[in-house]
Amino acid sequence: MLVIKDLHAKINDKEILKGINLEVKAGEVHAIMGPNGSGKSTLASVLTGRELVEVTQGAITFNGKDLLEMAPEIRAREGIFLSFQYPVEIPGVSMVNFMKAAVNEHRKYRGLEPLTASDFLKLMRERKELVEIDSALTNRSVNEGFSGGEKKKNEIFQMAMLEPKLAILDETDSGLDIDALRVVANGVNKLKRPDNAVIVITHYQRLLDYIVPDYVHILYNGRIVKSAGKELALELEEKGYDWIKNGENA
Amino acid sequence: MSDKTTAIPIRDELVNLYLNNLDLITEGSAEVLNQHRQEAIQHFKLLGLPTQKNEKYKYSRIEPIFAHNYEKYFAPKRIAFNVDDIFRCDIPELDTHLVLVLNGFFLSKAEKITTLPSGAIVGSLAEAAKQFPELVKARYNRLAENQTDGLVALNTAFAQDGVFIYIPRNVVESKPIQIINLLMSDENQLVQYRNLIVVEEGAQANVLVCDHTLSPKRFLSNVVTEIFVGNNAKLEFVKMQNEHNDSALLTHTYAHQQRDSRLTTNLLSLHGGFIRNNLSVTLAGEGADAQLYGLYLTDRTQHTDNFTFIDHAVPNCTSNELYKGILDDQATGAFNGKIMVRRNAQKTQAYQSNNNLLLTADARMSTKPQLEIYADDVKCSHGATVGQLDADALFYMRARGIAEREAKLLLMFGFVHEVVKHISIHTLRERIDDMVNKRLRGELSRCHNCPMHCC
Repeated sequence: MLVIKDLHAKINDKEILKGINLEVKAGEVHAIMGPNGSGKSTLASVLTGRELVEVTQGAITFNGKDLLEMAPEIRAREGIFLSFQYPVEIPGVSMVNFMKAAVNEHRKYRGLEPLTASDFLKLMRERKELVEIDSALTNRSVNEGFSGGEKKKNEIFQMAMLEPKLAILDETDSGLDIDALRVVANGVNKLKRPDNAVIVITHYQRLLDYIVPDYVHILYNGRIVKSAGKELALELEEKGYDWIKNGENA
Repeated sequence: MSDKTTAIPIRDELVNLYLNNLDLITEGSAEVLNQHRQEAIQHFKLLGLPTQKNEKYKYSRIEPIFAHNYEKYFAPKRIAFNVDDIFRCDIPELDTHLVLVLNGFFLSKAEKITTLPSGAIVGSLAEAAKQFPELVKARYNRLAENQTDGLVALNTAFAQDGVFIYIPRNVVESKPIQIINLLMSDENQLVQYRNLIVVEEGAQANVLVCDHTLSPKRFLSNVVTEIFVGNNAKLEFVKMQNEHNDSALLTHTYAHQQRDSRLTTNLLSLHGGFIRNNLSVTLAGEGADAQLYGLYLTDRTQHTDNFTFIDHAVPNCTSNELYKGILDDQATGAFNGKIMVRRNAQKTQAYQSNNNLLLTADARMSTKPQLEIYADDVKCSHGATVGQLDADALFYMRARGIAEREAKLLLMFGFVHEVVKHISIHTLRERIDDMVNKRLRGELSRCHNCPMHCC
């Protein structure tokens, strides 16, 4: 599904990613872990097409198509979804209008008619129940005045609405209490299917107790320095990142 | 020196126009209005048209818009067609008492003035001044600033008709009263008319004013509206301006509020070549509350200038003001908002804000919030912003699959909805949302049923 080859990227002339190789297949859950500043969020930005990141070398294909050639909205319609580390507040734009625009753009891209108002509201209701989102949240402006936990739940709700092929969860666990963490993780697990994939970007093992990865990669200093099964996350939790840093220096 | 004949200054030209047509002007109006003309023209002679040296008109050049050849009529000109055939307001399910004004004159099918079942009186101002001289006389020209604003004095000298709305004591008129000002002519025209709205003690009303151009000629409107909101009375006043690029609209609205009264104004400048709105509110009775909202959407070389003045004359009053604008292309705009808190106006609460989005590097906005406070126990704030669309929000929306253009539209729509949402009539609010949406998309913003391509 996703193939990243020798990816180099910089922000303001500073090289952040220094040769990433990664392959994600349908049905898999990958965790990317690493200390602050290792390049985790930059990788998410490259995958979603954020303009401030400049790719200097390498290639990314998504279901065989050149991802780097696509505008952010095309990537989304092709099935890439980013759960933002810091979801943006948009005053004056209601969740309903926002989601209606997004869902219908996705449908148009697939050659489908826009949903009728009643079908759309029905879909919203179903997906809210699925991910256990308080129905009042969708009556408000996008993320406006939401608590940290509400914002993250709202990201998962949007994911449920858009049914992406590849979901990237960028530090979705940061700032969440244990109850919210459980809701978010349950939502992700319910949406998991054999034909889609998830990349979980996180500092901590905690989220991975709920969303169990098939592979864990450790990103450090712009490179993936270690890849293994889920046991790697536990080992990392036990030994700390110094283990990796020292390993790198040794 | 030029070898052409010396041009007559516009001021003299207008004074001569008045002197040469005084008989026609007075004949086509009513005694109550005529009584004020002589003094007004004297003021105009002294003041002339405002120039940019006048601090209030710093951002708008008034004289050039008068320097076109306009026809002036002092009696309603017959039109050879039925307005109903070409114009029908199509706000669905908006059930209103509808009043039409054509080129500054009340347009009547039958009665020039009607008493509604509730007891409210709605109709021609000239006719009201004849049928109810005492009602009109007590309020007419009491608020207009003829001594300081040449345009207002000019209006008082020339205005012959307009709309009169009277809501008697404790009458709650539940149906909105809609005034549609139509400009339609086969020649350029200058129109000056006058409205008087009186909401007596304990009464309530909703008034909606729509300004439309229906033919592609050059129009200049200079309009004065005086509004009285009595003790414990409530008025919602919504104005929607939708005129073509060769139109100039100068409005001067004065409101006077008594004890515990509520006034909400919503001034929506959707389209127009040149728009200048003066809005002056005097909080003259304790416990009065004024909510002022404004919206302007401009593109190409359009210019919109809002000047507001809120006078906290007595203690314990509240006011809140929010004006928002989006400027595209080479459009220019100005907001000048002054709040005056008089010496004894303790416990005043006054908030003002003006937010602007500039879509291009060529669009320009001047904003000047002003607070003048002479009392010491007050809560006041003001602020202004001029900026661009939020790049983070744009990316967030694109990351959900929404095309950039659509994302920008949603953001702009959200930006202006903060103003529109304060319109209390549900069907009207939806219709305005729809018009704003179309306007931002660059689609027709005129009403669907109108065949004139004036915008």
